[in-house]
Amino acid sequence: MKYAYYPGCSLSGTGLEYNISTQAVAPLLGIELCELPDWSCCGASSAHLQDHTLALALPARNAALGEEQGLSLAIPCAACLSRSKAAEHAVKTSEDMRAQIESLIDRPYQATYPVKSILEIFIDAGLDTLKENIIKPLTGLKVASYYGCLQARPTDFMDVDDPENPQTIDTIVAALGAEPVSWSHKTECCGNSHPIAYPEVGGPLVNRILEQAEKSGADCIVCACPMCLGNLDMRQKALGKKRGRPFNLPVFYFTQLMGLALNLRPKKLGLKKHFISPIPLLSKKDLLKRIKIKKVKNKPADTPVPASESTETPTPNPDNKKGGPA
Amino acid sequence: MNTVNITSTLAEAQRIRQDLKTKYDADVGKCYQCGKCSAGCPVAFAMDTPPHKVIQLAKLGLYDEMMECHSTWLCATCHTCSARCPREVHPSRIMEGLRIEARNQGSVKVRPLDIFHTKFMKLVGKRGRVYEMALMLGYNLSVGRPLKDAGFAPKMILNKKLSLFPHTTSKARKEVRKIHERYNRMSNTPHPDQTSGGDTP
Repeated sequence: MKYAYYPGCSLSGTGLEYNISTQAVAPLLGIELCELPDWSCCGASSAHLQDHTLALALPARNAALGEEQGLSLAIPCAACLSRSKAAEHAVKTSEDMRAQIESLIDRPYQATYPVKSILEIFIDAGLDTLKENIIKPLTGLKVASYYGCLQARPTDFMDVDDPENPQTIDTIVAALGAEPVSWSHKTECCGNSHPIAYPEVGGPLVNRILEQAEKSGADCIVCACPMCLGNLDMRQKALGKKRGRPFNLPVFYFTQLMGLALNLRPKKLGLKKHFISPIPLLSKKDLLKRIKIKKVKNKPADTPVPASESTETPTPNPDNKKGGPA
Repeated sequence: MNTVNITSTLAEAQRIRQDLKTKYDADVGKCYQCGKCSAGCPVAFAMDTPPHKVIQLAKLGLYDEMMECHSTWLCATCHTCSARCPREVHPSRIMEGLRIEARNQGSVKVRPLDIFHTKFMKLVGKRGRVYEMALMLGYNLSVGRPLKDAGFAPKMILNKKLSLFPHTTSKARKEVRKIHERYNRMSNTPHPDQTSGGDTP
C-alpha cells in the first residue's frame, strides 16, 4: 500500500527516532511511504487553543495535498493525527465549514482519502505479515503500552477500539513476542506541553504515569507520540531525583520495538538518542545483538533472510521465528 | 467566597446555554452535576474551579465568573471529561471555547501557557513549520528563564534532535502565510500576538 507520509514538525527534531524507525520498518512490511511534498505544520496542540477555524485549515491543507495525489496521509505523530482527523470530521459533517476551509487553503478538500495513523496502517498490514517477518522475538521484555490522550480521544472522530483500554499497541507488542503488562495509566494525559510550559502542573502528571508503569512491573514504556515520549523520557531523571529514587524506564516508540524484532540495526532505529538509555535493558534481555544473516545473491537488500544464529546470541532458532506468543 | 444572587442571572443562563450549544455543540443544560468530569481530570488538582463547576457556572448564567476561571487555561485538552461524560455535555469543548473567548477579550489567566502557544503559532505563521530551537529560546526569554531546560540541549543537538537551523520549504512557508492572511481578512481581528502576552522581549 502506498501512502503520503506526513512526518510533521517534531519528527525532524525531538521525535527523530520515530521518523527513522517508521521509515525503516514500513518497507519491510510492504508499506510504501512517500513524503508529502511541501507539507506544513498542522497547528498541533496550540492552534485549537487560539482559533477553531484556523486550527482546522492548517491540517486540511496537508490532507488536501494528499488528496491531489490520490493518497491517504500516513501520520506517526498523535497530535498531527488528531488535528488532521478533526479537520476531516469537520469537512464531512459541515458544508459551511468545508467551504470556509477550502477558501482559507485555496484548494478543494473533500476528505475522500481517510487520514490514517501509522499505528493503524501497521495493524491493517496484518499482524500475520508482521509475525512472518520477525527474526528476533522480544522474549522476556515486559512492556507498558502508553497511548496517551490523542490516540484514544476525542471519541467523536478517533476510531479507537476502546477509549479506556485500547489494545492496538498491545497487540503489536504481543506479536513481537514481548509481554504487554496490564496497567492503569494507558490513556492518562502526560500534560501535553505543560511539562515544558508549566512544569508545576505538568511534572506531577508525568510522575504519576511513570510510577504506575513502574508498579505494573514493566521494564519499559512504549508509545506512539513524540510529545508523550519527550515528556516521559526527558523529565524522568529530574522526577526520579525529586522523589529520591531514580526511575529506570526506557521509553520506546512502538516502531523501534518492531525494528528490533525485525533485526534492524540499533542505529537505524535511533536507540541511542534517548535520555534514558534503553541499551542496558536490551543487553540484559539479550535483544541488542543482531542475528547474523547470510546475504543471498539476487535478493532485494531490504528483505532479511535468516540463515544462521550468531555464535554468542542465545535468541531463538530462526526456524522457530513464528513461535513468539501472539 | 463571594456571594452571588443567581435569580437575576437565570435569563442570562438561557442565552448562554443556547450560545454554547450553537458554538460548541455542547448542551450544559443536560449536566446533572455527577462530577465524573472532575474526578477523571488529570489537572483538577491544580484548578481553582474544576470542570463540573465551570459547567454549573454556565448553567447559572454566571458568564463573568466563567471568564475569570484559571481552570480553562490549565486544561490540557486531553478530552477525558468528554469521553466519560454520561450526559454527553462535552466539558472539554466548552473549556477550550471559553479559553479562546477569554483570550480574545484580552484576559489571559495563565501567562506562561499562553506565551508558549502564541510563540508556537507565530512560528507556524512565519515559517510554515515549527522550528523547535526558536520556540524554546523564544519561550524561555519571554518567561524570563533563559536557561530553562538548557541542560537537554547539548545531547539533543549532538543527536540531531534539536536542529540549529529551521527546516521548511518555500512553498509551505508561502502557502501557510497566505492562509493566515486570508484568515485575518476573514475574521477581521487583530493578529493574536497583539492581544496577549506573546510579546518578544
